[in-house]
Amino acid sequence: MRRSWQTAEVSSTRPETARARTLRLRLPDVVTGVPGQHVDLRLTAEDGYQAVRSYSVAAWVPPRELELTVEELDDGEVSPFLVGVLSVGDQLEVRGPVGGWFTWTPDRAGPLQLIAGGSGVVPLMAMLRSHSEARSAVPVRLLYSVRSPDAVFYRGELAVIGQENTQVMIDIAYSREAPDGRPAGRLTHEAVTASCFPPSDAPSVYICGSTGFVETVAAWLVEDGHDAGRIRTERYGG
Amino acid sequence: MATPTSGFTGRRQNRDTDLPPGQYLTGSFPVMSAGPTPRVSLADWTFRIAAGPGRTHLWNWPQLQALPQEDITTDIHCVTHWSKVGTTWRGVSLDTLFEDVGSDAEYSMVHSYGGYTTNVPLADLLDGRAWIVHEFDGEALPPAHGGPARLLVPHLYFWKSAKWVSGIHLMDQDSPGFWETNGYNMYGDPWREERYW
Repeated sequence: MRRSWQTAEVSSTRPETARARTLRLRLPDVVTGVPGQHVDLRLTAEDGYQAVRSYSVAAWVPPRELELTVEELDDGEVSPFLVGVLSVGDQLEVRGPVGGWFTWTPDRAGPLQLIAGGSGVVPLMAMLRSHSEARSAVPVRLLYSVRSPDAVFYRGELAVIGQENTQVMIDIAYSREAPDGRPAGRLTHEAVTASCFPPSDAPSVYICGSTGFVETVAAWLVEDGHDAGRIRTERYGG
Repeated sequence: MATPTSGFTGRRQNRDTDLPPGQYLTGSFPVMSAGPTPRVSLADWTFRIAAGPGRTHLWNWPQLQALPQEDITTDIHCVTHWSKVGTTWRGVSLDTLFEDVGSDAEYSMVHSYGGYTTNVPLADLLDGRAWIVHEFDGEALPPAHGGPARLLVPHLYFWKSAKWVSGIHLMDQDSPGFWETNGYNMYGDPWREERYW
């Protein structure tokens, strides 16, 4: 990884939801990262005040770009600026990529089970994109738990992958409000079991979401007989 | 020289304490861990210090509770940039646990239920700088935060304060633990911002 800070430029942005947007950043040098890794961002005010945050990478765009998807936190200091103010051409500093555990590459054998709560889908999307780009034959299931249809990130892209890639199955679970004719409600143990490869398939499992979400879902999978050593977790909070 | 980001002003936090570079204050208590939370019953819980062949010191839960308990108020700093000030813990000083342990080792590997490991120089565990804690904020330490008991070594980044601690193995040579083999620093001093390799 790059230990030093590099100045990146915002090359494009696109909204994901009313409260989240994807930022594409262009770095001065070639950057190579692995799906699941994150980078540190550093913002500096005119008077020298600085704020640093870590964000998961949603996509690596060789040779010199990467994408982050940032959701605005109600009481956030940095995320409202990144979602609502930062513009194409603006500069900010990037360090990384960071992290060698919550990562997946297409050479990893066995089924891939992805489970996302809310904005926890971001690093899992990097894995899914890498799987598609590599035309991997590894079977994948994504269970994506969201509050409502308008909170889904990457909606169009997920629909296309789910339709066109026969190796990928995507289940979206709605906790508060669902599209017409579909049930909404708290994610249940039964629903998670039904949307996951069985323990006998020995999937590699990646779970990302809030602490409560990750704690609950990981405990259910261990109860179902999944080997705890095959379950990797990442939590956001703060 | 840092590049300013156009339009960013930030929200300066009023505080009496200084934070290490690159940290921000949080009021909540985020969790960083690699996998499912291990469930360890108090009946099965043990903590050991392995100082070499035939020199293992072992405590069970009642034995740990019978040792002198200390109340600790300290700031904690996570490598993912959050800090929390004035956290309160209760537990046993490692000075107490190491009282009868004789060793020339300079390094240690801290082990956890669930397989997690992290390396800490022995000197950093002694002289009132590290504890095995079992209460947070006046309550039994919840499993998500490392209960029944975790290491607390608050002068290093918080991943060194291993959750679900099961033992400390002394070593003559330093060797990386779990996060240290996955990109994080061998020592982890927040004031020198030793986050990554």
